[in-house]
Amino acid sequence: MSFLGKLSIESVPYHEPIIMVTLAVVAVLGLVIASLITKHKQWGTLWFDWITSVDHKRLGIMYIVLAMIMLLRGFADAIMMRTQLAMATNGAPGYLPPEHYDQIFTAHGVIMIIFMAMPFMIGLMNIILPLQIGARDVAFPFLNNLSFWLTAGGAILVNVSLGLGEFAKTGWVAYPPLAGLEFSPGVGVDYYIWALQISGLGTLLTAVNFLVTVFKMRAPGMKLMQMPIFTWTCTWANILIAASFPILTAVLAMLTLDRYMDFHFFTNEAGGNSMMYINLFWAWGHPEVYILVLPAFGIFSEVISTFTAKRLFGYKSMVYASGAIAILGFVVWLHHFFTMGSSANVNAFFGIMTMVIAVPTGVKLFNWLFTMYRGRLVLSVPVLWTLGFMVTFTIGGMTGVLLAIPGADYVLHNSLFLIAHFHNVIIGGVLFGLFAGITYWFPKATGYKLDEFWGKLSFWFWLIGCYFAFMPLYVLGLMGVTRRVSHFADQCLQMSFQIAACGAGLSAR
Amino acid sequence: MSIRNLFKLLVTICVLTLAGCSGGILDPKGQVGVDEKNLIILCTILMLLVVIPVIVLTLYFAWKYRASRDFEIYTPKWAHSTKIEAVVWSVPILIIIALGVITWRSTHALDPYAPLEGKGEHLTVEVVSLNWKWLFIYPEQGIATVNELVFPANKPVEFKITSEGTMNSFFIPQLGSQIYSMAGMETKLHLIANEPGTFKGISSNYSGAGFTGMKFNAIATPTDADFDAWVSKVKSQQQTLSQASYKVLAQPSEYHPVTYYGDVEDGLFHHIVMKYMADHGSMDFYAKPDHAAEGMHETAVMDNGHHKEVTH
Repeated sequence: MSFLGKLSIESVPYHEPIIMVTLAVVAVLGLVIASLITKHKQWGTLWFDWITSVDHKRLGIMYIVLAMIMLLRGFADAIMMRTQLAMATNGAPGYLPPEHYDQIFTAHGVIMIIFMAMPFMIGLMNIILPLQIGARDVAFPFLNNLSFWLTAGGAILVNVSLGLGEFAKTGWVAYPPLAGLEFSPGVGVDYYIWALQISGLGTLLTAVNFLVTVFKMRAPGMKLMQMPIFTWTCTWANILIAASFPILTAVLAMLTLDRYMDFHFFTNEAGGNSMMYINLFWAWGHPEVYILVLPAFGIFSEVISTFTAKRLFGYKSMVYASGAIAILGFVVWLHHFFTMGSSANVNAFFGIMTMVIAVPTGVKLFNWLFTMYRGRLVLSVPVLWTLGFMVTFTIGGMTGVLLAIPGADYVLHNSLFLIAHFHNVIIGGVLFGLFAGITYWFPKATGYKLDEFWGKLSFWFWLIGCYFAFMPLYVLGLMGVTRRVSHFADQCLQMSFQIAACGAGLSAR
Repeated sequence: MSIRNLFKLLVTICVLTLAGCSGGILDPKGQVGVDEKNLIILCTILMLLVVIPVIVLTLYFAWKYRASRDFEIYTPKWAHSTKIEAVVWSVPILIIIALGVITWRSTHALDPYAPLEGKGEHLTVEVVSLNWKWLFIYPEQGIATVNELVFPANKPVEFKITSEGTMNSFFIPQLGSQIYSMAGMETKLHLIANEPGTFKGISSNYSGAGFTGMKFNAIATPTDADFDAWVSKVKSQQQTLSQASYKVLAQPSEYHPVTYYGDVEDGLFHHIVMKYMADHGSMDFYAKPDHAAEGMHETAVMDNGHHKEVTH
């Protein structure tokens, strides 16, 4: 059996009923889908028209399908966490043992950022960006397909870990020494490393692909400052990817060497320094959030200008503001660890740099406002998402600036206040943008229009659910409750309705 | 009606939630915490000056310029106004300048490494995060405790913090700032309790399976005499903490009961910090506890002076 190495039946968590039921459901669904494909003789279509396709629109759709599946998975994780915390009160252990719970919150973070938000964004870019600049396809169509399958490969790895072995129990940032061999000897962190490494390569190649497309394949006569705003924000995001993902690749490679080859980059002993990992991780991690949110800003700009039947107010300001956000995004990483003991000068510098980003962001909000000013706003579904974004993101931005003040962060760091803040900006900013984009551009990709009623329903469920789920977290954070431990009854019902409504909204045509 | 009822229900829930759980950083009991709470409130108000108009304007414009109100002015080609651009850039810049000044000053005033000025002599406590419990060593008193921290109210406490293995964050929410604990390194924190009481202490950085149970009570005694009485109570315990018994204690355990050690081996904390440096060659420069890595602040200068010895 040495062929299988350490792999044995013990790697399957068959004593965990929750996991086994999930796996059974997935297996049944898989069988049903496979038999349906066989029945309708669609294997050929699937292989030649989709899996091996190099068409940017088809790849875009596949990215979004992947993101939707991962959204369901990540959402299921979220529901499990919230239920656990709602149950585990006054010494009651809840229904999840720590080793399972710790995997869930790690998986939730990794999936939502890397395998939901990123593919979703890249999917929309794939569909729309070449159309906006009048290119026939991206610059390197085959590479595009490869990028997709690298991303999907990473996603598959994360899900394989559910039934084979375990996923990381380190939190999605996987700080050593906890993520080192000494404290995480299992395969979980290895899954984490390879999933991120493989999909990260895909993302990097995509960015290169899009940058070449934008700089070399614009329609004749289209100058850079004439590009649609979504293309501009995507370009800034791609520059960020090209500059920051190599850092992730390097830091993960070093962690790999630590784990596999007895290196000591981040170990406690032999001169390793875990603070270096934390610095490098966030040197990628902070630009990453701007990679997600900048294209979303572009989507909102397109939507608001279309549905208000006006030109975008301050186009140049918008382009420069996006660029400022992209560049400043690289000099703020230390605000993720003000509590690590840097001197007051260092902490204050990074705090102030973080606040400076609020300036271009604020400018963008004002510009959207003045795009609506003296317009004819049609309150369609994408516009609802945009308005929901403008309100929610403003609140999330405010708490973000608050967290950027070291003196405030000393007590708010790692608290549920922080969790509420970044869900506030990532759901309210990125996810609302993605939903606005998919509703707005659905006809471009498929030829069908999404149903208004279901779209509006899903918007209201998400909006209300988001406030219900995260406003209490702000309060809890202020009461000194930290990540991972809590005791409160919260409204998960709304949340479960949301996804139902959202799924329905997407399938309804 | 139903919406109004729902709203009432929500308010009730919120009030009950808040009433049920007191404490936290909005109910500070120490000077550092009080300053940080005031800072949070001040900055929030300052930001609301922009945030509220933006939210109100968003909803107002969306309502006022909606398509069905076709009697409003409509200017489809209007997309630039230098005046408005100047305002939308300068308003956020002004707010951020104000916040920046506050940030610079407060960050220096609240530097966790700086001793609390004008509060008198500090009590020193050495803190070690273990999997998954807190060890507190009182070098001046020669005692140690697990998962219970006692100090007199109104006396500033200097914490020297390190970790045995994984990274944690030493945090007593009602007293103020937190600081990471990291193996092979010493971080510092200065806190004070303005009144006697028992405050919850936690680790706020996830460190593995038993992390949830890393809780302790931080007890501020009413007077110095009460503290001395507590010290002599601990001193009367038979258990001593030596390097050998420390190794036993360092074994992973969850929800460790409060434990007292009547005697502690000299320099144990120094030994815990420095043991990962054993591979670094000559350690002469680190030999005395006074010279133990004093955090990033002071070591920069020292490092230069002793560079040759450390790096061979």
